[in-house]
Amino acid sequence: MTRLLSDSAIERLREAADSPDLAGTRYRLVEKLGQGGMGGVFRVEDTALDRQVALKVISVADPDETSSFRLLQEAHVIAKLEHPGIVPVHDAGLLSDGRPYYTMKLVQGRRLEEHVATVPALSDRLRIFLRICDAVAFAHAHGVLHRDLKPSNVMVGPFGEVLVMDWGLSKLMAEKVENSASSSVDPGPKKPDSSATSFGTVLGTPGYMSPEQSRGESVDQRADVYSLGAILQFLSADLSHVPRALAAIRKQSIAEDRTKRYQTVQDLASDVAHFLDGLPVSAYPEGRLTRAWRWIVRNGVWILLLLAYVAARALLIFFRPR
Amino acid sequence: MPDDTQIGGMRQQFPTTRWSIIERTRSAQTEERQRALDSLISAYWKPVYKYIRLHWKRENEEAKDLTQEFFSRLIEKNLLDRFAPRRARLRTYLRICVDGLVINADKAAQRLKRGGDVTLLRLDFETAEGELKELPLAGADNPEEIFTREFARSLFGLALERLRSECAVNGKTIHFQLLELYDIEEGGRQLTYDDVARRFGIKTADVTNYLAYARKEFRRIVLDELRTMTASEEEFRREAHTLLGVKL
Repeated sequence: MTRLLSDSAIERLREAADSPDLAGTRYRLVEKLGQGGMGGVFRVEDTALDRQVALKVISVADPDETSSFRLLQEAHVIAKLEHPGIVPVHDAGLLSDGRPYYTMKLVQGRRLEEHVATVPALSDRLRIFLRICDAVAFAHAHGVLHRDLKPSNVMVGPFGEVLVMDWGLSKLMAEKVENSASSSVDPGPKKPDSSATSFGTVLGTPGYMSPEQSRGESVDQRADVYSLGAILQFLSADLSHVPRALAAIRKQSIAEDRTKRYQTVQDLASDVAHFLDGLPVSAYPEGRLTRAWRWIVRNGVWILLLLAYVAARALLIFFRPR
Repeated sequence: MPDDTQIGGMRQQFPTTRWSIIERTRSAQTEERQRALDSLISAYWKPVYKYIRLHWKRENEEAKDLTQEFFSRLIEKNLLDRFAPRRARLRTYLRICVDGLVINADKAAQRLKRGGDVTLLRLDFETAEGELKELPLAGADNPEEIFTREFARSLFGLALERLRSECAVNGKTIHFQLLELYDIEEGGRQLTYDDVARRFGIKTADVTNYLAYARKEFRRIVLDELRTMTASEEEFRREAHTLLGVKL
């Protein structure tokens, strides 16, 4: 007799059917860590090396193979981007049930959106932001756009390491594809459908996606600049007072018109670093008085020492025996 | 990255040898046609009955009559011959046919008592009605969601029965019991593998392996059943995505 399945039992069975079939691989399933738009991430044990790694695999049903393509592309892209801010890929292949997978370093940390609650100081948050910028700028230098930057795609490890995750929507910049320079990243597998991420297809996350990306137009590194600007906004959203220079940086990085944004991630990062160091930022032109005051604040110690020296000399001159 | 990594894995995972139920219902052989209809009815009668009860809010007796009438017409009027896989999924087509039947039944106010001129099928309505009482009524869902959810419930239920009997035949009853405990029973997921191992008197590593086997077989059977319930590769893939794809 057929048993009655509750709605929650159906969900569990769906999840069970979706769990990767690791027969014939060196991995043993430990638990499911999370679910993304493309597939699931599982904690698995690498029996050959006796360590735990994360295994990403597409969901059991992938009707048009777009997810399979994106997963393999993501693996290929990340494998070529060796940077401390980008999670390293260890291995990739096909499971016995035909689904593609890849394994990567198991990051034991928190998503930025959770982590930020434990970091009250603006300066500390901005240092995290700069490390995100480092990783993204590195990817751009290798011709790769992330296209889905948002707080939940950034992990912060227990030792403060910052990792940009989920490169599933990543894309090679047009000029890198055309040039096929040896330093640029190999795009990996060929798309099953060439229109999968071309003009007119909207991929990304509303709120963090640039206007041109939401319109389905072609994008360049300025789309990632926009997303970083949105992350900067997120990081400073709960502050009671946002310094004008920082507000100007935010505004410029999320400008509707991409020609008015920072043109590169380095430009954005440079302004944020200047702000942190108390230096002028390009997004916020200052008047002479403000600039003079900033100079005084920055050189306060030297000015005080100089004033003390001048005062001491004056006193010596004044009280000198005649 | 191994060289053999390539797109196209999904095509390799689904069996393609079983005939589609639609092809089989159009078979010239009466027995084959009857078996196909039996399979279709066993998977769909509960979703149809519950759909009429939940979406159309019909009383128990009226829903029974309409369900009987629906399958009776499906067979006698060869409704499946009109199904065009390119235009809709079989599941959607059947739901729309049910909608049409209920609407027409409303219009025909002067009609004779339903059921008087249809071939009665042996369907266990008491069980279906009992299930409706046990499950929370989700009347607010849209018709497609209700029908999809009930079809998933029916299909998974049939797949579990097949898995149970296959495990029994292969001497792997414990594999099925582990799936039942861990993935079906409420609270099963709160148990650790060590707890489960102690309960069954097996090693923890065996829990992992047995459970993996049962899940793999369950997936295989569901996909196999689903293939028979769909008319084309594309429909099969879309249905697999709907029924097995996790929530996005």
